Order: sequence, then C-alpha cells, then structure tokens
Amino acid sequence: MVSMETRSDFILKVSNLTVEVSSQRIIDNLSFGIKKGITLAIVGPNGAGKTTLFRALLNLIPHTGKIEWKRKVKIGYVPQILSVKDIPISVREFLSLKNESVSDIEAVLASVGLEGKTVVEKNLATLSGGEMRRVLIGWAIVDKPDVLLFDEPTSGVDLDSEEAIYGMLRRLTTRDKITLLLISHDLHIVREYSDYALALNKCLVFFGESKLIMNPDTQKLIYGEPVCKEYGEIDVGSTDL
Amino acid sequence: MSEALISSLIVGAAVGVAAGYLGSIMVLEKMALVGDALSHVALPGLALGFLLNFNPLVGGFVFLFLSAILIWHFSRVTKLSFETLVGAAFTLALAIGILLFGDNLDALEEALFGDISRVGILEAAIAVLVSIAVVALTKLIYRQIVLGLISEELATSKGISVARTNLLYLLLISLTVTIGIQITGTLLVGFLVVTPAAAAKIMSANMSKYITLSSVFGAISAISGILLSSYLNVVPGPLVVIAGIIIFIIAIIGKWRSKVKS
Repeated sequence: MVSMETRSDFILKVSNLTVEVSSQRIIDNLSFGIKKGITLAIVGPNGAGKTTLFRALLNLIPHTGKIEWKRKVKIGYVPQILSVKDIPISVREFLSLKNESVSDIEAVLASVGLEGKTVVEKNLATLSGGEMRRVLIGWAIVDKPDVLLFDEPTSGVDLDSEEAIYGMLRRLTTRDKITLLLISHDLHIVREYSDYALALNKCLVFFGESKLIMNPDTQKLIYGEPVCKEYGEIDVGSTDL
Repeated sequence: MSEALISSLIVGAAVGVAAGYLGSIMVLEKMALVGDALSHVALPGLALGFLLNFNPLVGGFVFLFLSAILIWHFSRVTKLSFETLVGAAFTLALAIGILLFGDNLDALEEALFGDISRVGILEAAIAVLVSIAVVALTKLIYRQIVLGLISEELATSKGISVARTNLLYLLLISLTVTIGIQITGTLLVGFLVVTPAAAAKIMSANMSKYITLSSVFGAISAISGILLSSYLNVVPGPLVVIAGIIIFIIAIIGKWRSKVKS
C-alpha cells in the first residue's frame, strides 16, 4: 500500500515493506523513515533488493506493508537502463514527452550542462554514457520534483563525467533542496556525496551516517551474514515541505 | 478519370496517411507482423456481410475489433505474447472465413484482394473522416506509447496506463485495416502499416521526421499503386505493395550510400 499521508516531519516513511517476486522474497520486512533535504544512499550486494525497493517506492510492483510519501510530494525517477536503441527520437523530443514547455526544456538542459549544444538534436540512441546520464537527470528534474530516485547515477560513464554528474546532483540537493535517494555500488561515492546510507541485504542491515560506511564493522554488517535491524529513522533534515 | 478512380485515390491517400502514421508505432513496438496477421481476422466478418447482405466492411470491423479485445484480454490473463495469440487467431479466422464463403469465389477474391470498382464518393468521405479520427487519436496516445517503449517504469511512474493505451491502439488498427481492405483486400492491407514505416525509420533520426515520412510514404504507395492498376487494368493491391517496396529499397540504398560516404 502506498499512501500520501505521512507525518508532517517526514518526506517518506516505510513500514514492514515486503516484496515477493515469483514466490521469492526480495525485500523482507523493511522499515525506515527519512526527512526532507537529505541525500540517502542505498547500498548492498548484488541481488540485495535495491532496485526492487525503488520500484516498490514508485508503486510499480506489488508489495505488502506501508509506503507513506509526504502529501503532494513530486517524485522524479532515473532508471538504470532505457530501451532507446531502436527508436528514432532526439534528446529534445524525449524531454518533451514529459514537459512540452520549450522554456522549461531549455532551462533544464542548461542546468545539466547541455545548453546550446548540438546534443539536444542528436538521436538519443547515439549519446555517450555521460551524455545519456545528463539527459536522464534533465528528464527527472524537468518538472521540479521534491524527491529524486536515482538508480546507479554513473553506471557506464567515464571518470570525468562521473565527477560532473555527482557535482550536478550536489547542486540539486544544496541549491534546490531536493531529497535524493540514490543506489550506488561505490562506497567512496557514498561516503563523499551522501549524508546517510541504508544497507539492504533483503532486510535492513545498516542505517546510519555515510561517513561510517568505510568502517570495517559497518562493512561486515553490509557484506557479512545478514543481521536484520528492525527500524531505521533519520532524525535530520528540515521539517518544512 | 472515372468517379470510382477518383474515390479510390481519395481512399488510398487517406488510408495511406493513417496506416503510415499508425504503422510508425507498430514498427517501433516490433508489432509489424502482428498488424499484418491481424488484418486477416476481418475475413469471417466480411463473409457474414456477403452472406447476410449487409455492408461487409461493418462485419469486418466488428470481427477485427472483437478479436483485438479478446487477444488483448488473453495476453493479460495468460501472459502469452501478442504475436503468439494473433498467430493462432488469424489462422482460425482464415479457416472460418474460407468455410463461410463456400463456393462464392468471386466474393472471396474481393475480400482477399479488394475491389475499387465498389468504392464511391460515400466510401471516400467515410475513409477521410475515419483517417482523420485515427491520426488525431493516434497523436493523443503517441507520446504515451513511445514513453512506454523507452521505459515502462517511466511511463507508469507518470501515471500512464500502458494496458489501456494499448487497447485504444488496437481499436485504431482495426479501423485503419477496415478502410484499407477496400483498396488492397485483407491479404495485403497489413503491408500499408509495415513497409512505409520501415522505410521512414531507416531515413530518420528523430520522431517528427519519422512520423511525417511514414505517412507520406503510405500515401505515395497507395496513390501510385492505384494509378498504375487503373492504367494496367489489374487489381491495385499488388501494385500498392510493389510501389511501397520500391520506396523501401530506395531508403535502404540511401542509407547504405550515406554510410559508405561517412
């Protein structure tokens, strides 16, 4: 069940979330809550249920338990993969699928560093990994979301683009006060760019400040035999939404 | 130029544009052969029209649309692909259609290959109106379908119901095929939703060019095929197909040449 009636100081509250796919339990009794304005990294080994968690938060898959978003919250989503190989569509046309306003599209292209470049008329399928990620960020923020869910922000991009993309995300969180939930495999990135980390291994195994993520005890919690925690709550962030 | 020929050209142009426009989605969805096979499902409806003395096209449309809804429903319930279900439905429909036509071979030939001598001003007016409606409705769902193709997650997270959009889309295919049957018959009408779009896709890097070219190629194929058939005094269907294939081959050569140059 996804509802929009969470307590005023939380932007998202998840209670006893369980997801099963083909009778296999992917997420087991997960509970956590977060406040506005923080950057939360979701980490965990392969198959831990990270992408499944996003899909459940977006109400794209059946689940049990409760997912409560702040009332009227606008959510932007950036998936890991797009199937654009066979579709003749330009970057501008892709963005206009979501928002037809020419000025909004121009503004968003500028904010992701693609302003005035020929890339906007290029076929989406011919973009480099870095260009595609920028366009996807543009897609996610073109209608000014309160929360951004980002699955592997820098998968398939080179190191230079990686830094630029995280710099862009940092601007979004500091300047525009967007709450960011990102999935990442890279613990250095998690420590550098997120405030808090939630480690998943089917259930919640760690929930705390990202600066603790490289600590050997924390690593043991994340990658060792799962020891499930009952509830994680981050008591930070502004309360006005 | 006879009234029948002028009416046929109007129907051909209208069907060509609508089929090209709609076909551009079908080719993207890799459903081109589904559209082709689905067109044969009209045959039992056409047969009932001939047998019971009502407009065969009405029977054809009813059969097409009911079959499309059933296939849509079964694909949701059984999780079988559209291709599999359409494959089963079209062979069954062909079998029933041929049995219903019995020894009325002239009527069967007309249903399979079309007959433009029956096309008058009324049919032309209906074809134009239906084509305008098809293009307008397709335009409404085009963005949603393209978004669903790029990422079903993105579409669903925007509140788009992919299943409902697909149902409307099947209705539009049924309408387009029904008016196209007059020109090419059930056997060849699927061509109009496949080949113009395939040629356009080869030549396009963006969506607006792709849709425009697909519609234009559809109209050119239909018009040139009908004009040639009138000149050579043969049925138009095969010539519509040949005209479209020539456009397709030109597109392939053009693409090949531009690749060689680069």
